[in-house]
Amino acid sequence: MRKIEVVQNVMEANEVIAKRNRRLLDEHGVFAINIMSAPGAGKTSLILETLRQLKGKLDTAVIEGDVASTVDAEKVQNEAKSVVQINTQKMPESCSLMAVMIESALNDMPLNDLDLILIENVGNLICPSEFALGEHRRLVISSLPEGDDKPIKYPLIFADADAVIINKMDLLPHVDFDIAAFRRSITGLNPKVEFFEISCKTGEGIEEWCSWVLNQAKARA
Amino acid sequence: MHELGVTENIVNIISAKAAEAQAGKVLKVNLVVGELSGFVPDCIQFYFDTLSKGTIAEGAALHFETVPPELRCRSCATVFQPHDAPWTCPKCGSQGTEISKGRELYIESVEVE
Repeated sequence: MRKIEVVQNVMEANEVIAKRNRRLLDEHGVFAINIMSAPGAGKTSLILETLRQLKGKLDTAVIEGDVASTVDAEKVQNEAKSVVQINTQKMPESCSLMAVMIESALNDMPLNDLDLILIENVGNLICPSEFALGEHRRLVISSLPEGDDKPIKYPLIFADADAVIINKMDLLPHVDFDIAAFRRSITGLNPKVEFFEISCKTGEGIEEWCSWVLNQAKARA
Repeated sequence: MHELGVTENIVNIISAKAAEAQAGKVLKVNLVVGELSGFVPDCIQFYFDTLSKGTIAEGAALHFETVPPELRCRSCATVFQPHDAPWTCPKCGSQGTEISKGRELYIESVEVE
């Protein structure tokens, strides 16, 4: 019997492709945001509002990741410059987008004509935190009905986020959600995170969020 | 939930290493898995049994060393293992912490013959 020292990260294969994606995006001056949340937190609604608000300012495309269906791609196709739907059902894993899926989506996109790509990950707070896609920023959306304890239950996804959106603020009078406690549980692990309190229904906070996106994208370009 | 792809990577990596070492058979794979990572050892084992069939790694035993979460306080640098949330430094009471251990997923070594 012989022992061979390996010490190799099992996620390396994904990370190599993620770096390649990032390089491709940078070469074309395209800024990418990986949008993650539990199912129903409002990823698609936020994307729609963002597309409407940024129209005429940034040429934006969307990558939609879902286990099945093209429902989300249909919703955003009138507003976006280009939409690619990825169905993870046929992939080796269905719980998250992975760098290799983004790589093939980028091949189908007019990168020269784009400034921004919004990547809607699969609704899930666990798996997407493990897979870098090549994005420039990571956004996590939490919505009030989910409760304020999600950062305690799923710390990794919040620890790595660049921005956290609290969505469905219009429901605040109807739910017990301690916004200060929620923020505190994230800033403990992640002091640099940016918070946005929004409602896709009333439009509250959307402008502030979009000007952050605009500034971040311009700073990169 | 995403152990299939991860286990594919494990089989590929150890097959390459074993071939490099001109080994005939992989007997044991030593893996390090952080408890904060989303990876479930039983699930990796389940996929491994199927995916390794017909490869140099078929029949190899998987050994998992699990790493409990460890945090470092940003204020006083105390290193501690968190128990109940919220994660608070036991020395200075600060909630400002960073995860120093518990996210790992790597192959430490393989035993071959």
